[in-house]
Amino acid sequence: MARIIVVTSGKGGVGKTTTSAAISMGLAKKGHKTVVIDFDVGLRNLDLIMGCERRVVYDIINVINGEATLHQALIKDKNCNLLSILPASQTRNKDALTQEGIGKILEELAKEFKYIVCDSPAGIEKGAHLAMYFADDAFIVTNPEVSSVRDSDRILGLLASKSRRAEQNAEPIKEYLLLSRYSQERVRSKEMLSLDDVQEILSLDLLGVIPESKSVLLASNSGIPVILDEKSDAGQAYADIVARYLGEKKPHRFIDDKKGFFRKLFGGK
Amino acid sequence: MTINARSKSHSPPAVEFKSSTFSVPVLSLTNNDLVIIEKLLDEKIKLAPEFFKHSPIVVDLSDVNKKELFINFGDLVACIRKSGLFVIGVRGGNEQQNLEAITLGIPVNTSQSNPETKIDYTKSSTRTPLQVDDELTFHDSNNVIITKPIRSGQRIYSHGDLIVLAQVGAGAEILAEGNIHVYGSLRGRALAGVQGNTEARIFCLNLQAELISIAGNYKISDDIQGAIANAPIQIYLQKNTLVIKSLV
Ligand SMILES: Nc1ncnc2c1ncn2[C@@H]1O[C@H](COP(=O)(O)OP(=O)(O)OP(=O)(O)O)[C@@H](O)[C@H]1O
Ligand SMILES: [Mg+2]
Repeated sequence: MARIIVVTSGKGGVGKTTTSAAISMGLAKKGHKTVVIDFDVGLRNLDLIMGCERRVVYDIINVINGEATLHQALIKDKNCNLLSILPASQTRNKDALTQEGIGKILEELAKEFKYIVCDSPAGIEKGAHLAMYFADDAFIVTNPEVSSVRDSDRILGLLASKSRRAEQNAEPIKEYLLLSRYSQERVRSKEMLSLDDVQEILSLDLLGVIPESKSVLLASNSGIPVILDEKSDAGQAYADIVARYLGEKKPHRFIDDKKGFFRKLFGGK
Repeated sequence: MTINARSKSHSPPAVEFKSSTFSVPVLSLTNNDLVIIEKLLDEKIKLAPEFFKHSPIVVDLSDVNKKELFINFGDLVACIRKSGLFVIGVRGGNEQQNLEAITLGIPVNTSQSNPETKIDYTKSSTRTPLQVDDELTFHDSNNVIITKPIRSGQRIYSHGDLIVLAQVGAGAEILAEGNIHVYGSLRGRALAGVQGNTEARIFCLNLQAELISIAGNYKISDDIQGAIANAPIQIYLQKNTLVIKSLV
């Protein structure tokens, strides 16, 4: 059975596309046939982060309108042949996305792929709604700040009421927290919420903490998902997340740095 | 905001109005045939004669009225009384039935009755086929229990008590005609006694609410700041002032 994962947040710029690119690559690298779909019509940039922007011919709206077949629109990733990308349209209006159209595409993809990763646009409007509607699992990307946490809470409410699973009274969407752009220094200086604060407010299962990292920008500039930068902290954080999602037990990292460790050791605050 | 200054009470007044909540069985009618109703009532009562002996009961007419089945309220009351029950209220009645109820000294619950329901008296002889067990239902609870976190943007309403076994997020709103219990942090808005029950209370494990209200008397977050945080608390109304008190 295919699993549909939505990567969503409510708030913009928190790292949804970065996460979608990383985890879809991670799942494919683990041997699972995976497709990642860009739902951000009008602001597409998943193809940039995946480094396939020059190979985009057709997009999801062409498929919905019957102007191209799904297979014409899918782009095979250059680094991993188990991974495909379905780009969004840069030029069309997002009204062209329809629930029926998306439903048909997902049904067809489910026959062929093990994991379908949906990169949601920001907000709670149509694009975000359609990205989450058919999901089985939701990765809630949150930054350690009050407004991002609040938006995540809002999205969780919508997942619980406005999704297909909710409407059909099926088992609810499984929700996971991904705390991104985490900076231990800024948590210490109280500029940012701590993991505990966020957990307290959202009470969600933590799938992983992704540290604030220069490697993310470097990776997206070169069009290679950061998970392939195995030496980078963010790359390792995403690799852990994929492993945990697939059921491996991995201790959480990037929460306390060495300084924190010593402070604990010597009982300082 | 204000610590409740309790004035020393002098001699107690001769009468005092106190609002209190009772749990009373509601008799929902789905059929207007008094013979059948009486028979079914007797059967039910035989199952637990002690429980029903002189028991107060509220009659709910919304279903018969929705089905446009004519029922004479006076006859119905007489029929129910024969079985030993006391009708102490009616809800879901139409204008005519409510008038009859008042004449008989039976209070009318208007918040539940539907003024739009128009009765077509030409249908007065309609009979629905008898379905045993579905004819009469007893329920005594409108309480709502929520087991999952209530998220920002969600709104929950309970006609009775509202019990939340999780947290209530900022930007969420919970309302109850009765009490509100939150076995978690309360960060959103909580309004108890929204139909005017001044005896309603709010209980929670950790008060960080944006707004709390009982029977329309409210406090906003700024006024709550500094109240007991991170401890189980209750909130109740005393002389039109909300009192926030630790439970332990
Ligand atoms: N862990 C991280 N460390 C540092 N920078 C990051 C990290 N994650 C994301 N970024 C940066 O944050 C910006 C936004 O990231 P991204 O595009 O993934 O967010 P988004 O949630 O998809 O945004 P939108 O809501 O616009 O779709 C990018 O410039 C990206 O490089
Ligand atoms: Mg994005």
